[in-house]
Amino acid sequence: MASIAEELAEKQQEISVGEFFERNKHILGFDSLTKALVTAVKEGVDNSLDACEEAKILPEIKIEIEEVNDREYKVAIEDNGPGIVKRKVPEVFGKLLYGSRFHEISQSRGQQGIGVSAVVMYGQLTTGKATIVRSKVKEKDYANEMRITMDTKKNEPEVLDEEVVLWGGKEHGMRFETTVKGLLRRGKHSVFEYLKNTAIVNPHARIEFDRDGEKTVFKRATDQLPEKTEAVQPHLKGIELGTLAKMAKNSKRRTLKSFLKHEFSRISYSKAEEICEEADIDKKKNPSDLEVEDCKRVLKAAEKVKLMAPKTDCLSPIKGMLIKKGLKNVLKGQHPEYYAPPSTRDPTVYSGNPFQVEVGLVYGGDLPKEGSVKVLRFANRVPLLYKKGGCAVTTAIKNIDWRIYDLDQRGGKGMPSGPVVILVHVASTRVPFTSEAKEAIADIPAVIDEIEKGLRECARSLRTHLNKEKKRRKVKKKFTVVNDILPMIAKKSADIVGKEPPELSKSMTKIMGVVYIEKGYEWNDGRCKVDIDIMNYTPKDKDMNLFFEKPYPETELLSSNLEPDYQGDHLEWRLEGLKPSEKKKISLEFDGDLEKDDMAGTEIYIEGVTETKLIGAETLPDDWDIELAEIEERG
Amino acid sequence: MTGNKEDRYEEALEELKDIAKQFYEQLEDGEVPNMKIPTRSKSNIELDRRKGVWRLGDSKTSRSAKKLKSARMLLRTLYMLELIQDMIEAGKSSTLREMYYISEGWEKAEFSKQSESDSLAEDMELVTGCLREDFKLRPEEDGARLIGDITVEEINRKGDVRKINCRDDVGDSGYTIPYNVESDKVTFSDVNVDFMIAIETGGMFDRLVENGFDESANALLVHLKGQPARATRRVIKRLSEEEDIPVMVFTDADPWSFRIFASVAYGAINTAYLSDFLATPTSEYIGITASDIMSYDLPTDDLSKNDRKALEQELEDPRFDTPFWKEEIETMLDINKKAEQQALAKYGLDYVTDTYLPEKLEQVGMM
Repeated sequence: MASIAEELAEKQQEISVGEFFERNKHILGFDSLTKALVTAVKEGVDNSLDACEEAKILPEIKIEIEEVNDREYKVAIEDNGPGIVKRKVPEVFGKLLYGSRFHEISQSRGQQGIGVSAVVMYGQLTTGKATIVRSKVKEKDYANEMRITMDTKKNEPEVLDEEVVLWGGKEHGMRFETTVKGLLRRGKHSVFEYLKNTAIVNPHARIEFDRDGEKTVFKRATDQLPEKTEAVQPHLKGIELGTLAKMAKNSKRRTLKSFLKHEFSRISYSKAEEICEEADIDKKKNPSDLEVEDCKRVLKAAEKVKLMAPKTDCLSPIKGMLIKKGLKNVLKGQHPEYYAPPSTRDPTVYSGNPFQVEVGLVYGGDLPKEGSVKVLRFANRVPLLYKKGGCAVTTAIKNIDWRIYDLDQRGGKGMPSGPVVILVHVASTRVPFTSEAKEAIADIPAVIDEIEKGLRECARSLRTHLNKEKKRRKVKKKFTVVNDILPMIAKKSADIVGKEPPELSKSMTKIMGVVYIEKGYEWNDGRCKVDIDIMNYTPKDKDMNLFFEKPYPETELLSSNLEPDYQGDHLEWRLEGLKPSEKKKISLEFDGDLEKDDMAGTEIYIEGVTETKLIGAETLPDDWDIELAEIEERG
Repeated sequence: MTGNKEDRYEEALEELKDIAKQFYEQLEDGEVPNMKIPTRSKSNIELDRRKGVWRLGDSKTSRSAKKLKSARMLLRTLYMLELIQDMIEAGKSSTLREMYYISEGWEKAEFSKQSESDSLAEDMELVTGCLREDFKLRPEEDGARLIGDITVEEINRKGDVRKINCRDDVGDSGYTIPYNVESDKVTFSDVNVDFMIAIETGGMFDRLVENGFDESANALLVHLKGQPARATRRVIKRLSEEEDIPVMVFTDADPWSFRIFASVAYGAINTAYLSDFLATPTSEYIGITASDIMSYDLPTDDLSKNDRKALEQELEDPRFDTPFWKEEIETMLDINKKAEQQALAKYGLDYVTDTYLPEKLEQVGMM
């Protein structure tokens, strides 16, 4: 945001903020009527989510949009966040670029907007109406409500009137209501789409959308709040010249060496000295005396000196389990057949900025089979709806030949097609956007590379899944052979030769040649009955261990017809001496508020049967123990 | 294939029961039921040099219950066997189409198209060495006809012998060839023709009849009705061998007509195991050839993509591996044209009988 801030500060001398706003509507996200509404909602929701998370509150956000006039809408956004103390309210809502965030480097949503005050101003400029803000902090028994406008010449808030109100038992929270010119659309670039996507990557939030009385609720899918992100100091490598100059000017440090050591990440005194030497600037020089030329030399030196990579533990990825939950929560209605295990890449660095990529992929079910795959792009948990074509996510997808992962793609180039939703989340202390509009991620090779790797991880899982399905279907056909046709062949031929039908188990096992495992579910009031059928269709006796992954470690096993030999976050049985054609059934009952999709991802693992002879289950992976540890950590 | 009718049915039934016995024994031994069937494909036909016909080679395909599709075919085989057994006991027979409909009651063994049931009947002929007539199965009446001065003696439903002169005792549509043309049903006497012309299309057959070509050329006219039925091919073969009547084949000039000739002369790929019985290797192709299109300057159509593909395949077909056919096929590909028999009408309705056929027959020494 720094560059807009500076520009704005400079421009303020010559023109009013209002004029600046008018001229730069496209930067601020108000360039079309449809987009203006999305931006208004986005600024409000982003603020609410950030505020709630900072205060460790599970967010409950309500968005109301009501058409009051032709192309004029009342937009209200309410949250259960900590609220804002009364004296700060006018500034937050009535002063452009106010707020602490512009001065710190951290992974926050707020990086991406100009702030909710821009909405206030947009409303004021387009409809002439004031914004009504209500805020309640925990410490007070009442809420403050005020009507705010902005003096666009001075960039100062004006409070028209204020009053104290009771807020029906609400402990804390914010609500603002503003009237803006806009156009409420449905479809790809709609408020609805924005909220839906927000719900996917914020499964800890409850989001309610009321559109002219038509209500949609995105329920909370987890009570787990995202890990708090840390503010970090900038890394000298990759910082912009202007930012460095400004930091130097404002620094309270007395020497360049101390400035470098204390205001940048990962620079020791000896490194600071090395940089000064390389830049050929006196290490004792007062940083506020640095000329632009000096700053350039410092940056050049930083390139030459070997610096420790920036810290990456300041990022807060959504992480696999929650990505899956978020996707499930929102896509449930389309009953996808497969959720690839989401990929959370290790954090890495592009020009001095830590970033981390996450990818999720969903396949099949009622997702549309025709047309391009659907791509959901996110930066720091905020959906990106515009400029898809110019985004690193799109570039990375197009770089891959998806045909090797069994998806259709004309000529192995461009967007693949099929019933697929791809989710890509880029978290960074400084997301490399293509422009100030912050609508697309720039084509930075390191970033594209990471996205591509994440995509490939998910695509590989998809391919494995599709292959397994293909094989299962093939084997399923053989079931018809052994269960229906073979007995009829036996009966008919026996009739014709005038003998008793022969014993079929040996022929059956020769046709199948596999151990077949099938699981079936039944739901009842949050309880789930699971039946696991194990059939030995091989010509030999079989011993095996069966592992069943519980949907959640805390899911409670109510009953089992066959006592498991181990019970924990998974269940384990030892099955011995299963004869050819012999079947065994394990019937389980679980409690724990389970829904259909909770069971979709649960796997059965088998030890003691080779992969090629096993259908309907996985062979126990080599890293089973490692995986267990991970699950324990999650729990 | 010869001998007393009832014995033939009994024999066929025994052969069929052997298939069931084989399945039963395989199951008893814990094996997967399967049967071996000679492969019916272009790659598995061989020329019998002595007889001049193309016959099935030695390669075999295994049909095993390991796969759903083949398992279903094995079960159908047993159902069909049962049906045949019932028909023999009841003294009834059914058409191939009727059998297809009967299979609707076979549940999992039901056929999904008639071509499947027809093909299975052929498989069973092949495995047992019997004819489908021995299984009490017959084709639909296809009504191919002949006209000319020969007398046919046919035993009718009542068991009486009817003498029919195929020129004088028939109407304009001629004598209709029944599906069973074996000697127990049909014999020939008083043959007064010099040769026969087997004609592809009904339009041309009728043209020659109207023009009185059978009398003027002393010829027997046989309507092939497209790809000829077994009975038609069998009649041609018997007349050629028993009565020593030379066979001329007259078709359209297109790749599919070439195949009609091949099946009359050398045997069809699908029924190559019956070539000894159905093919007439001495048949002569008199036209319309690709070269005729040019020399008679006939009205034409362009070859379609499928036509070209069919011609390319024929170049690979061992039955067409003769200098004459190679040249004809390549000429047709070169000029990229095909023509119908009726294209000769360009020069008038009598042109075919007055000019074209006499010229072509002269070339083969027939007139």
